[in-house]
Amino acid sequence: MALGRREEMKLKKNGFRIFLTFCIMAIFWVLLSGIFDMFHLISGLICCNLVSLLSHDLLIKGKSEKNLLKLLRLLFYIPWELWQIVLANIDVAYRVLHPKMPIDPLIIEFDTTLRKDFSLTTLANSITLTPGTVTILVKPERGRFWVHALSKKSANALIVDQTMQKKVAHVFMEKQVQTETHEVFE
Amino acid sequence: MLIVHIIVTLFLGTGLFFTLVGSIGLLRFPDLYTRLHATGKCDTLGGGLIILGALIYHFFQYSGVPLVPAKLIFLIIFIFIANPTATHALMKAAYKTGLKPWRLGEERR
Repeated sequence: MALGRREEMKLKKNGFRIFLTFCIMAIFWVLLSGIFDMFHLISGLICCNLVSLLSHDLLIKGKSEKNLLKLLRLLFYIPWELWQIVLANIDVAYRVLHPKMPIDPLIIEFDTTLRKDFSLTTLANSITLTPGTVTILVKPERGRFWVHALSKKSANALIVDQTMQKKVAHVFMEKQVQTETHEVFE
Repeated sequence: MLIVHIIVTLFLGTGLFFTLVGSIGLLRFPDLYTRLHATGKCDTLGGGLIILGALIYHFFQYSGVPLVPAKLIFLIIFIFIANPTATHALMKAAYKTGLKPWRLGEERR
Protein backbone atom coordinates (compact mmCIF):
# COMPACT_ATOMS: atom_id res chain seq x y z
CA MET A 1 0.00 0.00 0.00
CA ALA A 2 1.47 3.30 -1.04
CA LEU A 3 -0.67 5.42 1.25
CA GLY A 4 -1.19 4.67 4.88
CA ARG A 5 -4.69 4.62 6.28
CA ARG A 6 -4.09 7.89 8.03
CA GLU A 7 -2.93 9.70 4.93
CA GLU A 8 -5.87 8.36 3.03
CA MET A 9 -8.25 9.79 5.63
CA LYS A 10 -6.46 13.12 5.53
CA LEU A 11 -6.68 13.29 1.76
CA LYS A 12 -10.37 12.47 1.91
CA LYS A 13 -10.98 15.26 4.41
CA ASN A 14 -8.97 17.76 2.37
CA GLY A 15 -10.84 16.78 -0.76
CA PHE A 16 -14.13 17.43 0.99
CA ARG A 17 -12.89 20.82 2.17
CA ILE A 18 -11.78 21.79 -1.32
CA PHE A 19 -15.11 20.68 -2.74
CA LEU A 20 -17.11 22.65 -0.15
CA THR A 21 -15.03 25.81 -0.67
CA PHE A 22 -15.44 25.42 -4.41
CA CYS A 23 -19.21 25.12 -4.09
CA ILE A 24 -19.51 28.23 -1.90
CA MET A 25 -17.25 30.21 -4.24
CA ALA A 26 -19.20 29.12 -7.31
CA ILE A 27 -22.55 30.07 -5.75
CA PHE A 28 -21.16 33.49 -4.84
CA TRP A 29 -19.77 33.99 -8.34
CA VAL A 30 -23.06 33.19 -10.05
CA LEU A 31 -25.02 35.30 -7.59
CA LEU A 32 -22.86 38.39 -7.71
CA SER A 33 -22.06 38.41 -11.42
CA GLY A 34 -25.57 37.70 -12.68
CA ILE A 35 -24.30 37.00 -16.20
CA PHE A 36 -25.07 33.53 -17.49
CA ASP A 37 -23.17 33.23 -20.80
CA MET A 38 -20.53 30.55 -21.38
CA PHE A 39 -17.44 32.76 -21.20
CA HIS A 40 -18.22 34.28 -17.80
CA LEU A 41 -19.38 31.02 -16.24
CA ILE A 42 -16.28 29.09 -17.33
CA SER A 43 -13.80 31.79 -16.35
CA GLY A 44 -15.56 32.05 -12.99
CA LEU A 45 -15.36 28.32 -12.43
CA ILE A 46 -11.65 28.31 -13.26
CA CYS A 47 -11.04 31.10 -10.75
CA CYS A 48 -13.09 29.27 -8.09
CA ASN A 49 -11.07 26.14 -8.70
CA LEU A 50 -7.75 27.97 -8.33
CA VAL A 51 -8.80 29.76 -5.17
CA SER A 52 -10.23 26.67 -3.51
CA LEU A 53 -7.10 24.65 -4.33
CA LEU A 54 -4.81 27.32 -2.93
CA SER A 55 -6.72 28.40 0.16
CA HIS A 56 -9.12 25.62 1.13
CA ASP A 57 -7.87 25.64 4.71
CA LEU A 58 -8.82 29.28 5.30
CA LEU A 59 -12.59 29.08 5.05
CA ILE A 60 -13.21 25.75 6.76
CA LYS A 61 -10.72 24.86 9.44
CA GLY A 62 -10.44 22.72 12.51
CA LYS A 63 -11.97 19.35 13.11
CA SER A 64 -15.19 19.23 11.14
CA GLU A 65 -16.83 16.43 13.09
CA LYS A 66 -19.86 18.08 14.63
CA ASN A 67 -19.93 21.21 12.47
CA LEU A 68 -23.26 20.28 10.88
CA LEU A 69 -24.96 19.90 14.26
CA LYS A 70 -23.47 23.21 15.38
CA LEU A 71 -24.80 24.90 12.26
CA LEU A 72 -28.25 23.45 12.92
CA ARG A 73 -28.19 24.70 16.51
CA LEU A 74 -27.01 28.11 15.28
CA LEU A 75 -30.01 28.23 12.94
CA PHE A 76 -32.29 27.65 15.93
CA TYR A 77 -30.42 30.27 17.95
CA ILE A 78 -30.82 33.03 15.33
CA PRO A 79 -34.66 33.52 15.62
CA TRP A 80 -34.36 33.91 19.40
CA GLU A 81 -31.55 36.42 18.84
CA LEU A 82 -33.68 38.36 16.31
CA TRP A 83 -36.52 38.58 18.84
CA GLN A 84 -34.03 39.87 21.43
CA ILE A 85 -32.89 42.52 18.94
CA VAL A 86 -36.48 43.74 18.53
CA LEU A 87 -36.90 43.88 22.32
CA ALA A 88 -33.59 45.77 22.61
CA ASN A 89 -34.73 48.37 20.09
CA ILE A 90 -38.05 48.91 21.86
CA ASP A 91 -36.13 49.25 25.14
CA VAL A 92 -33.75 51.86 23.70
CA ALA A 93 -36.64 53.71 22.01
CA TYR A 94 -38.46 53.88 25.37
CA ARG A 95 -35.39 55.23 27.15
CA VAL A 96 -34.65 57.77 24.41
CA LEU A 97 -38.18 59.12 24.07
CA HIS A 98 -39.06 59.17 27.80
CA PRO A 99 -38.85 62.80 29.00
CA LYS A 100 -36.86 61.90 32.14
CA MET A 101 -34.49 59.50 30.32
CA PRO A 102 -34.43 56.58 32.81
CA ILE A 103 -30.80 55.44 32.53
CA ASP A 104 -28.31 54.51 35.24
CA PRO A 105 -25.20 53.21 33.43
CA LEU A 106 -22.76 50.78 35.00
CA ILE A 107 -19.94 48.52 33.88
CA ILE A 108 -19.94 44.86 34.83
CA GLU A 109 -17.23 42.26 34.48
CA PHE A 110 -17.76 38.52 34.30
CA ASP A 111 -16.05 35.29 33.31
CA THR A 112 -17.32 32.66 30.92
CA THR A 113 -16.01 29.21 30.25
CA LEU A 114 -16.08 29.78 26.48
CA ARG A 115 -12.67 29.70 24.81
CA LYS A 116 -13.10 29.32 21.04
CA ASP A 117 -12.89 32.40 18.82
CA PHE A 118 -16.17 31.87 17.04
CA SER A 119 -18.24 31.32 20.17
CA LEU A 120 -16.66 34.34 21.88
CA THR A 121 -17.39 36.51 18.84
CA THR A 122 -20.98 35.30 18.72
CA LEU A 123 -21.48 36.00 22.42
CA ALA A 124 -19.89 39.47 22.16
CA ASN A 125 -22.05 40.46 19.20
CA SER A 126 -25.16 39.00 20.83
CA ILE A 127 -24.52 40.99 24.00
CA THR A 128 -24.20 44.17 21.94
CA LEU A 129 -27.50 43.55 20.20
CA THR A 130 -29.59 42.56 23.24
CA PRO A 131 -31.45 44.95 25.58
CA GLY A 132 -29.37 47.54 27.37
CA THR A 133 -25.91 46.00 27.11
CA VAL A 134 -22.83 46.59 24.94
CA THR A 135 -19.55 44.66 25.04
CA ILE A 136 -16.52 46.81 25.82
CA LEU A 137 -13.64 44.36 26.11
CA VAL A 138 -13.05 40.63 25.75
CA LYS A 139 -10.05 38.72 27.09
CA PRO A 140 -10.11 35.48 25.08
CA GLU A 141 -7.58 33.58 27.24
CA ARG A 142 -9.79 33.69 30.31
CA GLY A 143 -13.13 34.22 28.59
CA ARG A 144 -13.56 37.44 30.52
CA PHE A 145 -16.05 40.09 29.38
CA TRP A 146 -16.42 43.77 30.27
CA VAL A 147 -19.95 44.95 29.54
CA HIS A 148 -21.48 48.43 29.67
CA ALA A 149 -25.12 48.28 30.75
CA LEU A 150 -27.75 51.02 30.61
CA SER A 151 -29.44 50.00 33.86
CA LYS A 152 -29.14 47.54 36.71
CA LYS A 153 -32.14 45.61 35.41
CA SER A 154 -30.66 44.94 31.98
CA ALA A 155 -27.33 43.94 33.57
CA ASN A 156 -29.12 41.37 35.71
CA ALA A 157 -29.97 39.30 32.63
CA LEU A 158 -26.25 38.69 32.19
CA ILE A 159 -25.30 38.45 35.87
CA VAL A 160 -28.09 36.43 37.42
CA ASP A 161 -29.87 34.45 34.69
CA GLN A 162 -26.94 34.00 32.30
CA THR A 163 -29.41 32.79 29.66
CA MET A 164 -27.32 34.00 26.77
CA GLN A 165 -24.07 32.38 27.93
CA LYS A 166 -25.90 29.08 28.34
CA LYS A 167 -27.50 29.31 24.92
CA VAL A 168 -24.21 30.13 23.16
CA ALA A 169 -22.42 27.37 25.07
CA HIS A 170 -25.16 24.96 24.02
CA VAL A 171 -24.83 25.99 20.36
CA PHE A 172 -21.05 25.53 20.25
CA MET A 173 -21.00 22.54 22.61
CA GLU A 174 -18.80 24.05 25.26
CA LYS A 175 -19.52 23.48 28.88
CA GLN A 176 -20.91 26.41 30.84
CA VAL A 177 -21.20 26.78 34.59
CA GLN A 178 -22.63 29.62 36.64
CA THR A 179 -19.78 32.08 37.14
CA GLU A 180 -18.88 34.94 39.44
CA THR A 181 -19.71 38.47 38.38
CA HIS A 182 -18.92 41.81 39.86
CA GLU A 183 -19.46 45.44 39.08
CA VAL A 184 -16.65 47.80 38.18
CA PHE A 185 -16.78 51.40 39.17
CA GLU A 186 -14.03 53.50 37.72
CA MET B 1 -50.41 44.41 -5.22
CA LEU B 2 -52.05 46.58 -2.59
CA ILE B 3 -51.22 44.14 0.22
CA VAL B 4 -47.56 44.12 -0.84
CA HIS B 5 -47.53 47.91 -0.80
CA ILE B 6 -48.99 47.97 2.70
CA ILE B 7 -46.45 45.46 4.00
CA VAL B 8 -43.55 47.31 2.35
CA THR B 9 -44.74 50.63 3.78
CA LEU B 10 -44.99 49.04 7.23
CA PHE B 11 -41.42 47.74 7.06
CA LEU B 12 -40.05 51.05 5.75
CA GLY B 13 -41.99 53.01 8.37
CA THR B 14 -40.76 50.88 11.28
CA GLY B 15 -37.21 51.05 9.96
CA LEU B 16 -37.40 54.82 9.64
CA PHE B 17 -38.86 55.09 13.16
CA PHE B 18 -35.98 53.13 14.69
CA THR B 19 -33.36 55.06 12.72
CA LEU B 20 -34.95 58.32 13.89
CA VAL B 21 -34.96 57.09 17.51
CA GLY B 22 -31.27 56.21 17.14
CA SER B 23 -30.50 59.74 15.93
CA ILE B 24 -32.50 61.33 18.76
CA GLY B 25 -30.67 59.09 21.22
CA LEU B 26 -27.35 60.20 19.76
CA LEU B 27 -28.32 63.79 20.57
CA ARG B 28 -29.99 63.22 23.95
CA PHE B 29 -27.82 60.67 25.74
CA PRO B 30 -25.11 62.04 28.04
CA ASP B 31 -21.82 60.41 26.96
CA LEU B 32 -20.11 58.29 24.32
CA TYR B 33 -20.95 54.90 25.83
CA THR B 34 -24.68 55.55 26.14
CA ARG B 35 -24.79 57.17 22.71
CA LEU B 36 -23.29 54.04 21.22
CA HIS B 37 -26.13 52.08 22.83
CA ALA B 38 -28.61 54.10 20.79
CA THR B 39 -26.80 54.00 17.46
CA GLY B 40 -25.47 50.45 17.68
CA LYS B 41 -28.88 48.87 18.22
CA CYS B 42 -31.28 51.14 16.38
CA ASP B 43 -29.21 51.43 13.20
CA THR B 44 -28.88 47.67 12.96
CA LEU B 45 -32.59 46.92 13.13
CA GLY B 46 -33.63 50.11 11.31
CA GLY B 47 -31.27 49.53 8.39
CA GLY B 48 -32.20 45.87 8.28
CA LEU B 49 -35.93 46.62 8.15
CA ILE B 50 -35.52 49.24 5.41
CA ILE B 51 -33.53 46.82 3.27
CA LEU B 52 -36.11 44.10 3.98
CA GLY B 53 -38.84 46.41 2.70
CA ALA B 54 -36.88 47.12 -0.48
CA LEU B 55 -36.31 43.38 -0.88
CA ILE B 56 -40.01 42.52 -0.68
CA TYR B 57 -40.93 45.32 -3.08
CA HIS B 58 -38.33 44.24 -5.62
CA PHE B 59 -39.32 40.58 -5.31
CA PHE B 60 -42.98 41.22 -6.13
CA GLN B 61 -42.50 44.10 -8.56
CA TYR B 62 -39.97 42.60 -10.98
CA SER B 63 -40.17 39.14 -12.51
CA GLY B 64 -37.19 37.02 -13.53
CA VAL B 65 -34.33 35.53 -11.53
CA PRO B 66 -34.37 37.20 -8.08
CA LEU B 67 -30.70 38.23 -8.08
CA VAL B 68 -31.18 41.62 -6.45
CA PRO B 69 -33.21 40.20 -3.49
CA ALA B 70 -30.48 37.61 -2.93
CA LYS B 71 -27.87 40.35 -2.82
CA LEU B 72 -30.04 42.33 -0.42
CA ILE B 73 -30.26 39.30 1.89
CA PHE B 74 -26.46 39.21 2.00
CA LEU B 75 -26.46 42.94 2.73
CA ILE B 76 -28.73 42.40 5.75
CA ILE B 77 -26.54 39.57 7.06
CA PHE B 78 -23.38 41.67 6.73
CA ILE B 79 -25.00 44.67 8.44
CA PHE B 80 -26.04 42.46 11.35
CA ILE B 81 -22.49 41.19 11.72
CA ALA B 82 -20.57 44.41 11.03
CA ASN B 83 -22.61 46.89 13.06
CA PRO B 84 -22.15 45.34 16.53
CA THR B 85 -18.49 44.72 15.71
CA ALA B 86 -17.94 48.39 14.83
CA THR B 87 -19.78 49.46 18.00
CA HIS B 88 -17.56 47.15 20.02
CA ALA B 89 -14.42 48.57 18.37
CA LEU B 90 -15.43 52.15 19.24
CA MET B 91 -16.28 51.12 22.82
CA LYS B 92 -12.96 49.36 23.25
CA ALA B 93 -11.01 52.33 21.88
CA ALA B 94 -12.81 54.70 24.26
CA TYR B 95 -12.32 52.38 27.25
CA LYS B 96 -8.62 51.87 26.54
CA THR B 97 -8.01 55.63 26.25
CA GLY B 98 -9.48 55.90 29.74
CA LEU B 99 -12.72 57.75 29.07
CA LYS B 100 -14.77 57.66 32.28
CA PRO B 101 -18.34 56.47 31.85
CA TRP B 102 -21.13 58.83 32.83
CA ARG B 103 -22.79 57.99 36.16
CA LEU B 104 -26.27 58.96 37.29
CA GLY B 105 -26.37 62.48 38.72
CA GLU B 106 -23.37 63.78 36.81
CA GLU B 107 -23.52 66.59 34.29
CA ARG B 108 -23.96 65.59 30.67
CA ARG B 109 -20.93 65.95 28.43
